[in-house]
Amino acid sequence: MTEAGPKHEAASRTDRALRVLLPFVVLGLGVVLWGAVVHWRDIPPYVLPGPVLVFDTLVADWAMLSEALLVTLTTTLQGFALAAVGGIGLAVLFNQSRLIEYSLYPYAVILQVTPIVAIAPLLLVYLPQPAAVLACAWIVAFFPVLANTTLGLNSVDRNLADLFRLYGATRRQVLWDLKLPAALPYILGGLKIAGGLSLIGAVVAEIAAGSAGAGSGLAYRIVEAGYRLNIPRMFAALLLLSLAGIVIFFALSLVSHLLLRRWHESALAREV
Amino acid sequence: MPVHPTASPTLSGTPVVALDGVGKTFANGVVALDRLDLAVHTGEFVSLLGPSGCGKSTALRIIAGLSAPSRGQVAWADGGAADARTVGAHRIGFVFQEPTLMPWATVAANVRLPLRLAGLKADAPARIDAALARVGLAGFAQSYPRELSGGMKMRASIARALVTEPALLLMDEPFAALDEITRFRLNNDLLALWQSLRKTVVFVTHSVFESVYLSQRIVVMTPRPGRVFTELAIDAPFPRDESFRTSADYAGYCRLVSDALAAAIGAGEGS
Repeated sequence: MTEAGPKHEAASRTDRALRVLLPFVVLGLGVVLWGAVVHWRDIPPYVLPGPVLVFDTLVADWAMLSEALLVTLTTTLQGFALAAVGGIGLAVLFNQSRLIEYSLYPYAVILQVTPIVAIAPLLLVYLPQPAAVLACAWIVAFFPVLANTTLGLNSVDRNLADLFRLYGATRRQVLWDLKLPAALPYILGGLKIAGGLSLIGAVVAEIAAGSAGAGSGLAYRIVEAGYRLNIPRMFAALLLLSLAGIVIFFALSLVSHLLLRRWHESALAREV
Repeated sequence: MPVHPTASPTLSGTPVVALDGVGKTFANGVVALDRLDLAVHTGEFVSLLGPSGCGKSTALRIIAGLSAPSRGQVAWADGGAADARTVGAHRIGFVFQEPTLMPWATVAANVRLPLRLAGLKADAPARIDAALARVGLAGFAQSYPRELSGGMKMRASIARALVTEPALLLMDEPFAALDEITRFRLNNDLLALWQSLRKTVVFVTHSVFESVYLSQRIVVMTPRPGRVFTELAIDAPFPRDESFRTSADYAGYCRLVSDALAAAIGAGEGS
């Protein structure tokens, strides 16, 4: 199989290049098609602005939009951080005490299954607006962290657990040296979901708060631009929101990859 | 041919640990062990041989203190209690059927684990190096388990069991999942280790050939519920090597042990 080596390598390199390139090709085609349709059908900008106009609006309104982006991102990251700490912390607490788990787990589920859009207006009644927005981001994001961490903590190799017992490990050693490392891939999976969800939570709360008359985040800007029929600005703000989501996803994927690449199956290079 | 099936062990020496009428009934009513009487003598290599479901692994877990016997006594030579927290830390090394390594830790960190958990920090690096060298993994301290072959993982697992210098090494079908060539090589290396370190080894297996090759004494067990059917001494001299594997003596012992095992299975089904 002397010839297969380089050929195989070349094939896998082509495959990797395609994986990166093809989404961009589709994006390019989509934008060109969008522009062409707007141009040929002569669609007015207050119905559907073309890509060039959206980009121009993004540049023109950059001062306002970037400020709004910063507000939304701050809320998102705070919500995410609280969700990570709360989700992992609660899962560890549940794992250490069955009674606490029995007492609180149903309420974590109830918090998760009640639509956040329905909770947000109530939170805005009882909490100052920034706290309410943050609470929304947290509520949406924390459950996947809790559920995944719980699953991870319970997925410890039984023989390894026996080995720890054999050598007289303390509860603390079992938690830090066995359960948490074993749960790490699950925790990171939960965090990856939570990153996207905390952005959704922040956006939902901003929209709810926007109708209450306050707020300066990106979602609020979208609502405001909608009222003013400033459709190009809605698109520009939406573009920023989805870029923020993409960046969050890739940042968390990168962290996950760096932490797991030496040992976990999920981080192994895929054989083509 | 020097074959003596014996009711009681012919080996001299004080028992390291003795099981007296030990039984185990699980919560679901399955009787894994009926009445097991077994004395493990200092420095010996003894195999527990039986079909799956004869409770041999359960017996090993009871010795290790990982499982509490439902009936009977486990007596240690030094009078210690058969509880995992007190027994395990220094006296026992345990090798599972799977390598059971922490995938997130390097080989060195895996071997360090028993020292860390038992709080034996003094000269840990030297002990780890020595343990890895003993099993032929000197160059792999910084590798991760997934970078190792199945045989190498099992070597790392054995190094971990030896690092606390336990008096008693318990092995639960450690080579069952390996290919034959690797298994033969590990058999030889295990025998060499046993001869140089003079540990007491209790080796659980369902392989007649493996038990004859390795052991001084074979305890044949009946299936469901597990009981001692008979004990056989394998008096072939040590060191044993590949020439023993092809010798007439070896073939004779294997036939004898196979017959005993077949009779044990028959007796188990009959009861």
